[in-house]
Amino acid sequence: MPEQRDTPGPGPLAAREEAAAEAMTVSSSPETARSLGSDAWHDLRRNPIFIVSGLLILFLVVIAIHPSLIATRDPLFCELGRSLDGPAPGHWFGFDAQGCDVYTRTVYGARASIAVGVCATLGVALIGAVVGGLAGFYGGIWDSLLSRTTDIFFAIPLILGAIVFLSMITLTGIWPVVLVIAALGWPQIARIARGAVITAKQHDYVQAARALGAGNGRMLLRHILPNAVAPVIVMSTIMLGTFIALEATLSFLGVGLQPPTVSWGVDISAASDGMQFRNAPHILLYPAAALSVTVLAFIMMGDAVRDALDPKLR
Amino acid sequence: MSHDTGATDAAEVGADDAGGGGPLLAVRDLAVEFRTREGTARAVNGVSYCVDSGETLAVLGESGSGKSVTAQAIMGILDTPPGRVAAGRVLFRGRDLLTAPEEERRRLRGERMAMIFQDALSSLNPVLSVGYQLGEMFRVHRGASRREARERAVDLMERVRIPAARERVNDYPHQFSGGMRQRIMIAMALALEPDLIIADEPTTALDVTVQAQVMELLAELQREFHMGLILITHDLGVVADVADRIAVMYAGRIVETAPVKELYAAPAHPYTKGLLESIPRLDHKGKELYAIQGLPPSLTALPSGCSFHPRCPLATERCTTERPPLHPVLDASEAPVAGRGSACHYWKETLHG
Amino acid sequence: MGRYVVRRLLQMIPVFIGATFLIFLMVYALGDPVVGLFGDRAPDPATAARLRAEFNLDQPVWRQYLLYLGQILTGDFGTAFNGQPVIELMARSFPISFRLMLVALAFEIVLGITLGVISGLRRGGGVDTTVLLLTLVVIAIPTFVLGTTLQFFLGVELAWIDPAVGPQPGLDELIVPGLILALVSLAYVTRLTRTSVAENRRADYIRTAVAKGLPRRRITTHHLLRNSLIPVVTYLGADIGTLMAGAIVTERIFNIQGVGYQLYQGILRQNSPTVVGFVTVLVLIFLLANLFVDLLYAVLDPRIRYA
Repeated sequence: MPEQRDTPGPGPLAAREEAAAEAMTVSSSPETARSLGSDAWHDLRRNPIFIVSGLLILFLVVIAIHPSLIATRDPLFCELGRSLDGPAPGHWFGFDAQGCDVYTRTVYGARASIAVGVCATLGVALIGAVVGGLAGFYGGIWDSLLSRTTDIFFAIPLILGAIVFLSMITLTGIWPVVLVIAALGWPQIARIARGAVITAKQHDYVQAARALGAGNGRMLLRHILPNAVAPVIVMSTIMLGTFIALEATLSFLGVGLQPPTVSWGVDISAASDGMQFRNAPHILLYPAAALSVTVLAFIMMGDAVRDALDPKLR
Repeated sequence: MSHDTGATDAAEVGADDAGGGGPLLAVRDLAVEFRTREGTARAVNGVSYCVDSGETLAVLGESGSGKSVTAQAIMGILDTPPGRVAAGRVLFRGRDLLTAPEEERRRLRGERMAMIFQDALSSLNPVLSVGYQLGEMFRVHRGASRREARERAVDLMERVRIPAARERVNDYPHQFSGGMRQRIMIAMALALEPDLIIADEPTTALDVTVQAQVMELLAELQREFHMGLILITHDLGVVADVADRIAVMYAGRIVETAPVKELYAAPAHPYTKGLLESIPRLDHKGKELYAIQGLPPSLTALPSGCSFHPRCPLATERCTTERPPLHPVLDASEAPVAGRGSACHYWKETLHG
Repeated sequence: MGRYVVRRLLQMIPVFIGATFLIFLMVYALGDPVVGLFGDRAPDPATAARLRAEFNLDQPVWRQYLLYLGQILTGDFGTAFNGQPVIELMARSFPISFRLMLVALAFEIVLGITLGVISGLRRGGGVDTTVLLLTLVVIAIPTFVLGTTLQFFLGVELAWIDPAVGPQPGLDELIVPGLILALVSLAYVTRLTRTSVAENRRADYIRTAVAKGLPRRRITTHHLLRNSLIPVVTYLGADIGTLMAGAIVTERIFNIQGVGYQLYQGILRQNSPTVVGFVTVLVLIFLLANLFVDLLYAVLDPRIRYA
């Protein structure tokens, strides 16, 4: 509520956060945390959405690490003569404009997309959790300083900042993309982490631990961290999906990944460019489907975990 | 559902004494179930009671005894699903409400029967002014104009003795104190001068000093309008001063019903006895306070026979197999005591022991 | 309330300065504005040095920023690559993007809230499941994929719309681009409304409203919606900023010459005044939208009183 908050407003993603932030009120004491945690796990194991998205993510990660498991060709081997050809024996997804095998490229594309998603999310979660956690834990002047810094980064729309940054530098590859997402995407996580830590600090048992003389480090590790971790993980999972989509969008705008890097975003933007897909829909369909299914898997996973952790929806 | 003929009989005796004609409200063998993850929870299992105009019936029980669910079924505000009325009748002036069309029931709500809830802060709409929420009764049921409704709202607030009613009519619920909010709830229930009011733990959320004031106000207004009042509570102390009769509920059943003084003087059910003995008393200073052993049963797996047997000091083999009906309670000369009933095989031993 | 607004406006200043300085830093420290002016040609060293002095580029970055800030306060945003003042580009492009945003917002309000309320009231039913699945699909498929394919089918295959939008598009031309721009937010609005309605439906005050004998319709419109839409309305307010930024993709697809288009041209041609100027204005809009949302909160929810 604005009266308790000094930041300039909930921001466009506030509502998106809100749902995830609800999860932070989940555990009220170590006992209920454990039983709620195991309750949530019990629920999750029976949730078909969780199982399907979990298996899908597992599959995608394995493919990203070892694409050669299911694709034997070289993604950069192309025959211009077969440009935009349809499916052929051994090439069930057809060929793209350069005459490369769409199936092989779609499989290999997982690596860049997932790598960007995972690395950017790790960066965002780390920066956000540290900044938000410290702000919430120490309060006072630290809170004001860190929260205002969060606001500054929050005020730059992620896609806008990323476009500007990426267009100004000459480096290519996945690292600049990861770097800019991590550098600009963390404020959401910071706000959630700060809220979760403040909530956890107010719990009676934390107050009791403090009264009994528990040190700051011990308080953070034993009492506050376990409560703050769940909402951050839920939000990060959902964000991972959107970061993968963002990479593709940046590639579409010509500032993300560039060929010869193989990524879904690169292939989709090549297919969309000048509506190349009008005569060969397969060059758009397969990478776009792979990308969408991946994003969907992470969002559904985040949703399922949040629902399981949120006792209000039981 | 089995039918406790004894229950209906015993309960109706009291009503006839009080009213003369047909009772204002008669609940017959009401059964309500809830579908939960753990299975079907039997929240109410054949409850019968009745209330007449000008009479106060206290329904006493722990949380989960089915007292509130019964009230919600009477009002027709049960959450369905998961809740469901499985059996029984709710006769309001002889008309069975459970078979009545929803539109007819809606018109009765607020107009003829009203309900006061426990937590006035969450039960009042936070974003609408109290004047609006009070006036809404007149606008919807009586077609009053906005201005008229506002005037009536001020009248109501004055009637429940809210200071500076005219200035506060546009305030929002959170701007009032707990006691004042509960007065507004009462005013809302009284708005259309209904025949029956159901008060569900109306003072539980309040400070003890405020509790007495609110209860007094409620009793006074009830006398003034000659309404039937069902007072749902778990607090024996609240009951003694205002109620005419008491129905004690346990695990979805009425285990004892009696005029209030007689129940306090000589309970005829071990559960009631246990409740009374667990009240701290000055003349028992220094003695260990009695507590009923064990916990209330799970509604998804009720004990066989008498639901109270696992916690009952008098329980025998018979109690585990045979469910006791609501026996009419007889006095020393073997004549039935008006309005008294006990669902215990050993009511005699309890009464005299 | 007045004092609160003033306080919040003052609080906005450091955030505004911080955010625009970050952008300024990215553009002027990472890129070379002078190289951008010359396009593909290599700059003549003497001219380059003169330009550097002229644009204060020989000063430390923080001074450059302060000088820049002073300039934009007088309305001088510099010159675009084609020699036009940036402020003129803004005057031309902001109204277009604003119209596009209004169309998108209308879609979110009409479609999003309607779908959300319906599925929230029928939680767990067939309609609810369908709507929920649809929102997931919309969120998962990147906007530019949906945009280009929709443009292809409606504009090329079916020829229902003009695949490219004119230089001064009217509202009718912006319907499909507006829908594309709205899609992701639309899905979030739907989900948020659904959750909010479903949660409030079980609230105690709704039970009271039923016990008062109010007709179902009145309970939904006067009691349930009034409360459920508070978070939704604030989301919509804050979304104004997101939509303006998201327009860069939509405007690219449909060739709409709005803010996103100009910004994109500026980036493409490495024209620093255009980039920094547009982003600065966007950040300002974003901050003002957030302030607006906070004030809206106070109007909608009487429990919130600003000190």
